[in-house]
Amino acid sequence: MPEESKNLGTLKDRFGDVIFDTHSYRGDDTIIIDKQHILEVCRFLRDEADLSFDFMMDLTVVDYLNQEDARERFEVVYHFYSSERNHRLRVKAPIPESDCTIDSIIPLWIGANWFEREAYDMYGIRFNDHPNLKRILLYEEFEGYPLRKDYSITKRQPLIGPKN
Amino acid sequence: MADLTESLHSEHMVLNMGPSHPATHGTVEFKVTLDGETIVDLEVEIGYLHRGFEKSCEKGTWEQAFPYTDRLNYCSAIINNVAYAMAVEKLLGVESTERCQYIRVITSELSRMADHYTNIGAGALELGGYSAFLYFVEARELVWDLLEKVCGARLTSNYVRIGGLKNDLPPNFEQDLQEVFKECRKLYHDVDTLLRKNRIFLDRMRDIGGISTEEAIAYGFTGPCLRACGMEYDVRKAQPYLVYDRLDFEIPTGTTGDNFDRYLVRMEEINQSMRLVEQCLKEMPEGPVNIDDPLIRQASKDKVYSKMEELIDLFILVSEGVKPPKGEVYLPTEGANGELGFYLVSDGTGKPLKCRVRPPCFALTQAMPRLCKGSLLADIIPTFDQINLIGGECDR
Repeated sequence: MPEESKNLGTLKDRFGDVIFDTHSYRGDDTIIIDKQHILEVCRFLRDEADLSFDFMMDLTVVDYLNQEDARERFEVVYHFYSSERNHRLRVKAPIPESDCTIDSIIPLWIGANWFEREAYDMYGIRFNDHPNLKRILLYEEFEGYPLRKDYSITKRQPLIGPKN
Repeated sequence: MADLTESLHSEHMVLNMGPSHPATHGTVEFKVTLDGETIVDLEVEIGYLHRGFEKSCEKGTWEQAFPYTDRLNYCSAIINNVAYAMAVEKLLGVESTERCQYIRVITSELSRMADHYTNIGAGALELGGYSAFLYFVEARELVWDLLEKVCGARLTSNYVRIGGLKNDLPPNFEQDLQEVFKECRKLYHDVDTLLRKNRIFLDRMRDIGGISTEEAIAYGFTGPCLRACGMEYDVRKAQPYLVYDRLDFEIPTGTTGDNFDRYLVRMEEINQSMRLVEQCLKEMPEGPVNIDDPLIRQASKDKVYSKMEELIDLFILVSEGVKPPKGEVYLPTEGANGELGFYLVSDGTGKPLKCRVRPPCFALTQAMPRLCKGSLLADIIPTFDQINLIGGECDR
């Protein structure tokens, strides 16, 4: 067994029932988990001595619209890094289109705030208990979520000022 | 007496700085709540330079995303090029040639120098040090002239390709570089002596905008701002890519994490980058700069014009693009501002399903309220400069 997947083993032992799948494609350890348990899993990732993922490096969303083998339409993707152990992990949480919500991880990493706002801005994923969930790169009056696959790249929105 | 207190305005004042303000280089807006001159609250509004980087990348082929990556951190465009190319190569499961890797390090480090010159020069300018600015802009100019000789462009280089480079280094590059470095060292010395012990500069920089290591980590700080806190995290050392593991360089760190430490870290990184470039030139082997796979990196024009297979491959490459297998990768590199990571998802077609960039200054800018609350209005300027928000990278 390759060394990279030691972390995956630890996580599978601990969270066997909430982990849907794992893989190490091109050496990137990845776990796919139930979105209900995101906070619990992240807390373990951060606080468990063998893992100690102290950095929340990146948070983004992927839209798998019309992709055949996709679990759900959206996936929230987290990238963690441990400066102490010098390893990385990708956590993915599938989000169904009918319920675009997931718990915010700001209680664990304060830096997730803007990343979550951006994910909301671009994909319309709502982060529960986020203190300030509003658009960040686009303006308040913007309609729709531009990085969703069903938002046409040629679509234009002339409105740039406040609505009246 | 009663009349006097009545007419005193003791409530907080809200001040809008930006989005077009001389001190907020990069279009960003601060909504500052002030009590006298002390900052009670600060709200950062970004997004003025948002141009749909990801959406545009998803529309074209993998190769066509390069010009967009130039415009992320436009002070060090080649670092973005290299990071993106390496991420796609990781997705494809190929590795660039050895000479190519050395050239990528050389051009990345030159870009890093240019980035730090800009940052420190502009920072000094905003604190009144006009000479330091002029000296460092001159140094940057020399580095950019050098890069212009390499790739034909100064700012938006578009130099790197999937599986190789646009072209090899030009003839006489080494001599040109030595002359430029000689001049740069002189200018560096001038700026260093102007700033390092300058009373005004020290008063404005030291013990301002500081943050503890723990907090910096929680905010997702990387790059010079994290190293200024004393943490030795640099992707080039922690998880070496290209040929960084063969090169000898040090990671400068600070102790207090304030603006002055950030300045010192950046200054030392310029020296380290010069060391890296010189080592690379010494150790660089001869050989091809492109991988020998015409379905990933187009063959040279003489082959395309004289051989049938290469011509067909070029047609496929241009019309359909490179087709990485289905999968996803994250590739971290050390940008001038911190960890620059590309997260790519391929669905097996010629276009990216997802092309996400982890912008280092996004996480840094987020901490602006934390860094500024309680300090004076004037302290926004040095702090914001050392955060080094690059609109192109932050807003994408």
